[in-house]
Amino acid sequence: MRPFVLNVALAAIAMSCANSTASRAAWEPVRPVEFIVPAGTGGGADQMARTIQGIVTKHSLMKQPLVVINKAGGAGGEGFLDVKTSSGNPHKIIITLSNLFTTPLATGIPFNWKDLTPVAMLALDEFVLWVNAEKPYNTVKDYVDAVKKAPSGSFKMGGTGSKQEDQIITVGIEKAIDAKFTYIPYKGGGEVAVQLVGNHVDSTVNNPIEAVAQWRGGKLRPLCVFDAQPMAYDEPIADGKAWKDIPTCKSQGLAMEYLMLRGIFMSPKATKDQIEYYVELFKKVRATPEWQDFMKSGAFNTTFLTGAEYAKWVEAEEKRHEGLMKEAGFLASGN
Amino acid sequence: MEELANLFHGFAVALQPYNMMLMIIGITLGVIIGVLPGLGGANGVAILLPLTFSMPPTSAIIMLSCIYWGALFGGAITSILFNIPGEPWSVATTFDGYPMAQQGKPGEALTAAFTSSFVGALFAVIMITLVAPLVAGFALRFGPAEKFAVYFLAFCSFVGLSKEPPFKTIAAMMMGFALAAVGLDSITGQLRLTFGVTELLNGFDFLIAVIGLFGIGEILLTMEEGLAFRGGNATINLRVVLQTWRELPAYWMTSLRSCLIGCWMGVTPAGATPASFMSYGIAKRLARRGNNFGKGEIEGVIAPETAAHAAGTSALLPMLSLGVPGSPTAAVLLGGLLIWGLQPGPMLFVEQKEFVWGLIASMYLGNLAGLIVVLTCVPIFAAILRVPFGIIAPLILVLCAIGAYSVHNSTFDVMLMLVFGVLGYLLKKCNYPLAPLVLAIVLGDKAEEAFRQSLLGSQGSLGVFFSNGLVSTIMALGLVALFWSAIQEGYSRLRTSMV
Repeated sequence: MRPFVLNVALAAIAMSCANSTASRAAWEPVRPVEFIVPAGTGGGADQMARTIQGIVTKHSLMKQPLVVINKAGGAGGEGFLDVKTSSGNPHKIIITLSNLFTTPLATGIPFNWKDLTPVAMLALDEFVLWVNAEKPYNTVKDYVDAVKKAPSGSFKMGGTGSKQEDQIITVGIEKAIDAKFTYIPYKGGGEVAVQLVGNHVDSTVNNPIEAVAQWRGGKLRPLCVFDAQPMAYDEPIADGKAWKDIPTCKSQGLAMEYLMLRGIFMSPKATKDQIEYYVELFKKVRATPEWQDFMKSGAFNTTFLTGAEYAKWVEAEEKRHEGLMKEAGFLASGN
Repeated sequence: MEELANLFHGFAVALQPYNMMLMIIGITLGVIIGVLPGLGGANGVAILLPLTFSMPPTSAIIMLSCIYWGALFGGAITSILFNIPGEPWSVATTFDGYPMAQQGKPGEALTAAFTSSFVGALFAVIMITLVAPLVAGFALRFGPAEKFAVYFLAFCSFVGLSKEPPFKTIAAMMMGFALAAVGLDSITGQLRLTFGVTELLNGFDFLIAVIGLFGIGEILLTMEEGLAFRGGNATINLRVVLQTWRELPAYWMTSLRSCLIGCWMGVTPAGATPASFMSYGIAKRLARRGNNFGKGEIEGVIAPETAAHAAGTSALLPMLSLGVPGSPTAAVLLGGLLIWGLQPGPMLFVEQKEFVWGLIASMYLGNLAGLIVVLTCVPIFAAILRVPFGIIAPLILVLCAIGAYSVHNSTFDVMLMLVFGVLGYLLKKCNYPLAPLVLAIVLGDKAEEAFRQSLLGSQGSLGVFFSNGLVSTIMALGLVALFWSAIQEGYSRLRTSMV
C-alpha cells in the first residue's frame, strides 16, 4: 500500500540534506531502492523494515533513498512473486519472515526461496509460551498437566495467521506432549496477546515484543522459550525477572524449538558486488545504537549470517518446515 | 484531579513552538493525504514514520497524529464534492453529502462535515481524558464472538433500516460478500477464488472498489445526463459557515448519539467504518426527516462524520493502553511507538506521562487547528464545483487512476477500478443500492473471520453468540434492528385491532 512517487519524493528530501558516507564498494545503487515487506503495515517485519529505513536515513548510510513498500497479499506471496519477477534489478530487496517457507508450501504459489538471492540474516525472532497471569500454571509442567487433563481440543491456543509459524509451533507442542489444542488464528500478534489477557484463549506463543507490555503490566506470564538456550538479555522486565530467566522449553520437558528468520534477500541474478554492497550496508545498520536498542526491546537472537553460511541455514530450515508442515497436514495439494 | 494536572502539563508540552509548528505541518499534510483517494492516513503516516526517527517521541507522535486528524478531515472533501470517498469511513458521508453538493449546497455540507468531525473528536478526547483507565479495560471483554456481534449489528442496522427493496439490498450485499471472499482465507491459510491469478492474491481492495463504483460510476452517469455538473451555483463565501453553524445545534440529539456510537466502536475496537455506517443507519430511522435521507439531508452528513471521528480518536485509547490498534492508522502509529522505544500497554500511562498527556493535549489542539484550517478553505473547495465538467471530469479521472494505482502500486488495480466503474453505473441504472455492497466489501471478511474464530473456540456451537450478557445484548440489538420495520408494523396492527 505504498504510494511510490510520494514516498520517493519524501525520502529524497530527507536524503538531500545528508552528507553521504556510503560504502566504497564497487557497486552502488543509482536509483531509489525498494524495500519490500511481505506483510502488512504495523507488524513485526514492517516495524523492522521501517526501523532500518529510519537508521539508514538518520545516519546517512545510503546515497539513494530506501523506500519501504508493503506487499502483503496472499500471506506475503504477492511480495515474493514481485521480487522473483524483478530478475536483474539490484534496486529491490525484501525482508522475510517464516512465510518465506510457509506461504509457498501452504498455498502452492510458484515460488521458492532459491528464486531469490540471499543477502544476510539480520536476526532471529524468539517465541515464548505465554499464559494469563491469573491462571495457576507457574511452570511448563503445571501447564502440560492441565492441557492433558482437559478434554481433547478444549484448550485454545491463539496465534498469528493460519498454517504459519504460530500454528507450526502449536502442532509441535501437540506432538511433544501428545495432546490436542484448538488453534485460533488472528490477524496480528498484538491482538493475540490481548485476547490472552481477556481470557478468550488459554495460551499463546507470541514473540517477546508482542507480549512484553502485558508481561510488564502483570497480565501475562512467560513459561518457556522455544530456543536451544535462554535469551541473552538480563535487564529485569517484570517482578525482577529478565528475559534471561525464562527457561528453555526443552529443559522443562517440552521438546520443541523454533526461531523465525528475519533476513534479507534481493532479486534474482544479483552480482557479487551488489550483494557485497547490501551486506556492508546491513553491517553498518547493525552497528548503530538504535539497532541495538531495537534488538533489546524485542529480545531478538542477534545471529548474523551472510553468503554460503546463510544459504545453508535457509536450506536446512526449508527442509525442516517442509517436514513439520507435512506432518501437520498443512501442505497445499499438488506440493 | 491528577488527570487535569497532567493534562495541563501536556498542554505545556504541546504548545512549545516546535511542537506547534509540527502540528500545523501535520494537519496540512494530512488534509492533502485525505483528499487524494487511495493514499489514506495509514499510508501517509507510514511514509513519514522513518523521518520522525530523530525527533523526540512526543514531537513525533504529535506530528503523526495530526496527519491522522488531517486525513480524517480531508476524507470528507472528495466524498462531498465528487462522490469519491477517500477513506472507508467517508463512504456514508457521500450518501447525503454529494446530493447536497449537487443541489448547490457544498459549503453547507462541508461545514457540517468538518464541524461534526470536530465535535466527535472532541467528545472522544474528553472521554479519553476523564475515563481512560475505565474504558480501556472494556476492550478486553471483546473476544471473537463479541466482535462478530458488533459487525452483525452494523449489517443489521443497515439492512433493516434501508428504504430500498429488501431483496435488492440483500443481492447487493451478497455480491459484496463474494468480492470480499477473494484472496487468502485467514482461517485456513488457503487461497480462495483466485484461479491462479497472481493479481488476485490480494483480493479486491476496498478502495479500488469504492473509487470505481462511486467515482467512475458517477462520471459515467453525469456524462449520460448531459455533461452538466449540478453544483455550479454554489455560494462561495465564508458566511455560509456561520449560517450552517446556526442550524447545527438543532441536531444535537443526532450528534450525541453518533458520538456515543463512535466512542463505543473505537474502543472495542471495531473501528471508524462500522461506526459511520451504524450511525448513519440509526439516524435515518430515528430522525424526523429520515425519509429524506439520501436526498441531501444535513443530518445524513452529521451522523456518519461525528461517529467516524469519535471512533477514529477513541481508537487511539486501546492502542496506547493495550497495544491493540483500533484502526489501520493506529496500527502504524503503534509500530512507531515501538520504533521510538516506547512500549504501549498498561505501563505507558504510568511511565511515560509526558508522552501520553502531550499526545492527549495535542488531540485537543490538533483538532482545533484542523477545524480552523479546513473551515477557512471551505469556499476554495466549494469553488472547485464551478469548474466546467469538461475540465473537471478528466482531472477526477486522473485523480482516481492515481489513487487506485497507489493503493498497491499496480496497474492491474487501475483496470479493476474501471471495471468497478462500469459495474457501479449498471447497478445504479437498475436501482441496486451501492451502500450495502460497499459495507460488505469492507466488513465482510472481518465478520467472517470473527464468526469462524468464535465457532472454532466453541467447537461449532452457535450458543457462543449468546453465552454472556454482553454478546447476547449486542446480538439482540442486531436482531431488533433487522426486524425493526416488521416489529413496528406488527405493533401498529396490534393497536388498531385492540381499538
